[in-house]
Amino acid sequence: MIAHLILRRLLGAIPSLVAVVVVTFLLTRALPGDPAAYFAGPAATPQAIEEIRHKLGLDKSLPLQFVDYLGDLARGEFGQSLTTGQPVAQDILARLPASVELTLAGLILALIVALPLGVAAATRPGSWIDHLARVVSTAGVSLPVFFTGLLLVYVFYYLLGWAPAPMGRLDLFTSAPRTITGFFLIDSLLTGEFATFRAAAAQLTLPALTLALFSVAPLARMTRASMLGVLSSDFVRTARANGLSRGTVLVTYALRNALLPVVTTLGMVFSFLLGANVLVEKVFSWPGIGSYAIEALVASDYAPVQGFILTMAVLYVTLNLLIDVLYGLIDPRVRIEA
Amino acid sequence: MNLLEIERLSLEFRTRGGTVRALEDVSLAVGKGETLGVVGESGSGKSVLSFAVMGISDAAATVTNGAVRFEGLDLLGDGRSALDELRGAEMSMIFQNPRVALNPIRMVGKQIADVLSRHAGVTRDQAKTRAVEMLAKVRIPDPERRARAYPFEMSGGMCQRVMIALALACSPKLLIADEPTTGLDVTTQAAIMDLIGDLARESRMSTILITHDLALAAERCDRIAVMHAGHVVEVATTAELFAHPRHPYTAKLIATTPRPGVGLAELEPVPGALPDLRGDLPSCRYSARCERRQEECADGPLARLIDPTNAHLVACRRPL
Repeated sequence: MIAHLILRRLLGAIPSLVAVVVVTFLLTRALPGDPAAYFAGPAATPQAIEEIRHKLGLDKSLPLQFVDYLGDLARGEFGQSLTTGQPVAQDILARLPASVELTLAGLILALIVALPLGVAAATRPGSWIDHLARVVSTAGVSLPVFFTGLLLVYVFYYLLGWAPAPMGRLDLFTSAPRTITGFFLIDSLLTGEFATFRAAAAQLTLPALTLALFSVAPLARMTRASMLGVLSSDFVRTARANGLSRGTVLVTYALRNALLPVVTTLGMVFSFLLGANVLVEKVFSWPGIGSYAIEALVASDYAPVQGFILTMAVLYVTLNLLIDVLYGLIDPRVRIEA
Repeated sequence: MNLLEIERLSLEFRTRGGTVRALEDVSLAVGKGETLGVVGESGSGKSVLSFAVMGISDAAATVTNGAVRFEGLDLLGDGRSALDELRGAEMSMIFQNPRVALNPIRMVGKQIADVLSRHAGVTRDQAKTRAVEMLAKVRIPDPERRARAYPFEMSGGMCQRVMIALALACSPKLLIADEPTTGLDVTTQAAIMDLIGDLARESRMSTILITHDLALAAERCDRIAVMHAGHVVEVATTAELFAHPRHPYTAKLIATTPRPGVGLAELEPVPGALPDLRGDLPSCRYSARCERRQEECADGPLARLIDPTNAHLVACRRPL
């Protein structure tokens, strides 16, 4: 059943991916700035610029350029970055784990706080914990991430000195662990380099906290609302009437049923986070794909921007697929519909 | 000794619109192996009463007076802590709308096993085996396969059978059936009621049948209590109640019940509506709807006439 569902969703994702390919192609061509001129450098003659334009294939008509682009994509080539001089695919692959590690850390942190907070608020509506949940939610959504990021850096690095300098994934004195998954936290544990793990965790804390603060709000609110609904439902009453323990009623009966809308929200929050990442990576000098895309954009460097958007699109599709599978795991009715 | 004794129970709901006095001075007793019917219009407090007995009242509900004793144990006082152990084991409940009263995303066999492993002191595997046995006992065909089904894959009648299996899994001494057949078609209704009756007889289980359907109560119950607006207005054996209703409300209620030889057009509804249970209420809450009302009804507490020969209780100053 689940395999069937995955296949259907994968097929359903093809049109959106095609659309993304077309739109990114057109969008990057519409960007201001002349990449040929940029690549040739400030001292180049018009003739040299034309030569480079020809070499890059930018003198062809748009449809022909698009065909070239599709051919490259089919071969897994995202083109060459003019700024780093590396193939874009290689750049993105090298930087993607940094972004994913940060986003996942933020999300997991948010879930650890939001789920218990939402459940506690729902079981005792009107109590102090309910008010706390409301305050945290309001604060979380009203503060922009770059601001909370800067605030955290100011307080915990500059004033208190608890956190290391916001200078990327590791401080200057620690070398990166051998790449296995690309996630420093996991790789350092796998290779047994606990000092590296500590350093990586220290660097990760503030940016992950920034993302978490932002995502706790919608998750906690949705958990609370959904739990409130489920707790007053007939089947929870049945469970209580049968004397099931408080834990069983709350977790196995209520929470599992309340999770569906939370999972939906989780998907949306994840998408937001991928976007918010761009700013947070800038604030914390995080070497992820967000900061990579910004630098490329400033330099009118087409290929990395296209690569970035495509990567994001694939991430979104994968994410939505995961959400659907999670749905199917939680709710048997979804499995049947598939 | 009676299995369950409810003594002068009063219960209020604190709401924004004021205090709703949902139950007042309700006294009832259920003997061992007896089937007691509780009848009355929607909103008369039947379900509120059963939730209070089970200790699963809404958070806004407060018991202001009275006692509920199960085998002598005061469930509202000293026995409060024992209630968790009693619920689902010694006394259990089945609800109306069985399709929504079961956990929609948990296999029905597992739901029954949950109750068994909570109360019966069995391992998870044993609980699963016994869950299948319970499904067979409530006459669900192919119980092994059905144990792995979800409620949405079953009909309403099947779901109600599962509810019964759930409630009876630990062989309780008391079963409260709250409108167990509402929403089921007539043949399924009869089958479900037969099932409850058979299982109750088998184990000498006491049953409280809560229903708005007087005909159903007449057919299935040994005694019937009539409730109106949070009061018990009359209690009598089924035969006595239908032969000689003494409370004007009971008489009206019987007159509304379809029976052979009486056309639908001849059935007359009970005049008026249930009073608003907030604010000041007359000591007889039926008086506003009562055709026999006299001045004496307005003052003093509700009269309690007792016919000593067959424990016929009436709460009325001017009984029929």
